Formats: sequence, structure tokens, C-alpha cells
Amino acid sequence: MRRGEIFGFLGPNGAGKSTSIKMLLGLVKPSGGEAFVLGAPAGDVAIRRKIGFLPEDFRFYPWLTAAELLALHGRLSGVPSDVVRERVPALIDLVGLTPHRDKRVQNFSKGMLQRIGLAQALIHEPELIFLDEPTSGLDPMGRRLVRDIIRAQRDRGATVFLNSHLLSEIEITCDEVVFIRDGEVVTSRDLRTPSGEEIRVVVRARKLTLESIAGLAPWTTSTLHEEEQLTLTTRSKDALPDILRHLVAAGADVYQFTPQRLSLEDLFMKIMGEDRGL
Amino acid sequence: MALWIIAGMTFREAARKKILWTALIAGLGFLAVFGIGLHYQMADFSAGSMPPFLRYQILGGMLMIGLYTVDLLAVVMTILTSVDTISGEIDSGTIHAIATKPIARWQVLVGKWLGFVGMLAVYVALMFGGTVAEARWIGGVVPQNPVAGALLVFLECVLALTVTFMFGTWFSTLTNGVIVLGLHGLAFLGGWLEQMSGFAEGSRLVAVGIVSSLVMPSEAVWRRAAFEMESPLAGSLQFSPFADISVPSLAMIGYAGAYLLGALAIAIYHFQNRDL
Repeated sequence: MRRGEIFGFLGPNGAGKSTSIKMLLGLVKPSGGEAFVLGAPAGDVAIRRKIGFLPEDFRFYPWLTAAELLALHGRLSGVPSDVVRERVPALIDLVGLTPHRDKRVQNFSKGMLQRIGLAQALIHEPELIFLDEPTSGLDPMGRRLVRDIIRAQRDRGATVFLNSHLLSEIEITCDEVVFIRDGEVVTSRDLRTPSGEEIRVVVRARKLTLESIAGLAPWTTSTLHEEEQLTLTTRSKDALPDILRHLVAAGADVYQFTPQRLSLEDLFMKIMGEDRGL
Repeated sequence: MALWIIAGMTFREAARKKILWTALIAGLGFLAVFGIGLHYQMADFSAGSMPPFLRYQILGGMLMIGLYTVDLLAVVMTILTSVDTISGEIDSGTIHAIATKPIARWQVLVGKWLGFVGMLAVYVALMFGGTVAEARWIGGVVPQNPVAGALLVFLECVLALTVTFMFGTWFSTLTNGVIVLGLHGLAFLGGWLEQMSGFAEGSRLVAVGIVSSLVMPSEAVWRRAAFEMESPLAGSLQFSPFADISVPSLAMIGYAGAYLLGALAIAIYHFQNRDL
């Protein structure tokens, strides 16, 4: 993955997403091979000063208050105590927990725990941030907040490694995504440059004949015909006028022709297979 | 240094969870009961005509029972309070947020261990010191060598703590508790069987005691502490539960120390290398 980008890590349950993060952070030893993080071998203690991590289902000592929890993580991350004192209120404000700063974490909801967990991952202004399901348990406002924070971190120059099964979140937030299955990378997509991806077109028309559909073969990669609806996929938007012209010339009465870019969910289903589920 | 931040955090956790205060209040309750017992014994003595020599032996026996209770309480408290500290954090996933900080794992483990060692030092000093002080002021009896006794009781607690930490890097909280209390129970039984050899004159009972002390030397450390503290006369009375019938040698204390260090080394090694 490249520095300074938001990198999405996608895969079905049990694909090895969390395990991969744990290996990169040195929590789990790989059964084989090696990995490097910021130029150092995975698990290197000194390099962790530059890494922030929000674990999936963040939990911490329930007897600490939100402010104490952040201060402790700051000190454990090697931040001088005067800097910690400055950053704690700012970060608590950033994640929207100012009214709860002196409340014990044991009274926090799951969403509030996620917020304070995100704040502890940022207290030392890391260069690389691993976020394992950062929006699970959050309400829509919380999700937007997390999205904005992630983007702000990228704008600051940090690299964000985002592990999520919420495809819409990944689609909105990430610059690049990698799909993994059974612990192996299946494919990757650059979400900043949509060219070269398949376009899906939904056509509603009367008098669609099998011949006219078969005649679309030079431009399409797949077609699905159900009564008056035809769903097709094509590789290039340049083919769209040709497809429409062909259908009209073949005698179809076209009253809807809607090109749609393949959503990440469609892509995911296509790559992983419908039966695997999320 | 991260090690001391974690040690301090362990102290703070005990205070916040009210473990520290509950243990201290229970300790004060114990000291109150012991003090009242001594006071009434003294009142009975002054009403009767028991020779001073015998009085001293009875009060000395009471002191040893008091100190033995302190020892048992301290060991059980040690196990109960520390049993969840490593395994619980692994089970809950709390450890993920700590073990990914720029701190070596051994520092996490040793920091927690030092925090508990500090708390145990305070607890043993207060309980042991309180019992000895009451016996001195109310009953006028003092143990032979109180400093050696206190240090040995402290060693026994740190030993139990370290074994609890070691198994905590392998097993869940409940399993860990069962193993460590079971081991201490074994050492306890072995120690008493060895003590019974004075009546039975059986060397095989001594062998059973030694073997159980090798498996878990905690009770052997107490019996050495009892030997150090009891007056030579009381110690030679064969009917006393703390009689020096089969006193663990200094080599056994050395073994207990080596056992402790070995358990700490294994705990560090396993925690350092296991998946979290």
C-alpha cells in the first residue's frame, strides 16, 4: 500500500482481515513469510510509536474515565505528558465526547467506546493508522464523524488502513481497496480512477427479441433478460450509443436506458460469489 | 518508563476497583479480632494463677496462629486479586490496545508484576506488622526473628503471584485459579503430612512433604518462617502445630527463590511469544 492514502481491506467473514492486521502489528506471528510496516519488520516495537490502532470491538479498563484513558494511551505511546495534556481535550472534542470526558468508560455505549477507541489511536499523531471496523456500533452521525476524521488524517499526511465489512463506507472513504479471501489477495481496485471498470445498464423496453439481444454481443460482457427488463454490462461507456442504436434499429420500444457504475457491493459479490455472504 | 506506567496503573486499578480498600478493611477486621482475643486472654491470665513461663508459651502460640492466618490470607488474596490480570485482558481483548503500543511485551508483564509486588509489600507489612505490634503491646510477646519471618511470608506471596502470572499466560482465568489454588493446596497438605511425621516417625511422610514442596514450595517457605519466628522452646514442643519437626532447609528457600525466578522467566517467554 502507498503512503498517504486510505486503503480499504475487504473480504467475507473469516477471510483473514483482522488476522492480517494482527500480524502487521505483531500481535500474531505469521505461520510463514514476512511483512514490513513503515520499512520495519512487522511487530517491531520502536516503529509502533508511528502506528495507531483501533482494535475491532475496542475495550479498555472500565474503571478509567475517558480523559484518563486517553492520557494513559498517550503516555504509553511515548508522548510527553505536557503534550498529552494539550491533546486530550482536543481529541475528546474531535470525537464528540466532551460532555462525557470525566465519565468512567464502564458506562459507555458501544458507539462511545468506538469513538474513544478512535481517539486513543490518534493521540500520538501516527503516520499509519489501522482501523478495524471503526464504524461498527455507530449511528449515522457517528459514521459521518469517523469518515471525516479518517479523511482529515489522510489530509494531515497519515496513511489509513481501513478494515470494514460496510462496503458503502469503504466506497465513500477509500482511495484503494483490496479484496481478500481465505487469507489471499484476490484483486484490488483503485477507487479514484473509475475508468476501465464495467458499467451496468438497465434497459426497459417492449418488443425485445432474442435476436436483438444476441446482437449486443460485440459490446456487452453479460446480459440478463426478464420480460421487459434487460440488464447488461459493458466495459466502456463509448459502447453505450451503439447499444442503444442497435436496440432501436432492431425494433425495440426503449423507454428507459440507465447506465450504472458497478457498485462496490456488486463487485464484491462478483468476486466472492453470491453464496459466501458477508 | 512504560514499565512504571503499567506498574502504577496496576496500583490504580486495585484502588479504583476497591480491591485495595476491601483488603485493608478485611485486614483491619482481622487485627481487631486478634487484638480482642489477646486482650481477653490477658484478662483471664490476670484472674488466674498460671506461671508466667506457661503464659508466655500460650501467648506465643496465639501469635503464631495469628501470623499463620496472616500468611494464608495474604497468599489467597494474592491469587484471587491477580488471577484475572493477564488471562482476563487476553480474553477481553483489552491487551490488544496495550500490546500494540511501543512497549516490549515483557515490560507489560513485568510492569503488572511489579505493581502487584508493591501492593503485596504494603499488605504484608501492614498485616504482619500489625499482628506483631498487637502481640507485643497487648500480650508482651515478640517473635524470635520477625524480619526474617516477614520477608519469608512476602517471598511466599510473590511466589504465588508469579505462578499465577505464569499460568495466566496460558489459561483462562478460571482454569488458572483452579491450578494455582490446587498447587497451593497440594503444598499445604504436603507440609502438614510432613509435620505429622513427628508423631508417626515415618520418613516416608517426610518424603511426601519434600516432593510436594518441590512441586510447589509455598508452604515450605511458611514452615521456614515459623521456624525463624517461634521461640526455641516452643519449637521443640512436639505437640505444637508449628514445632520444628521437619524444618525446610535454607536450600529449600533457595529452591523457592529459583522456582520464582524460573516461573517469571517462563511467564515472560510465553507471553512474549504467544499470539494475542
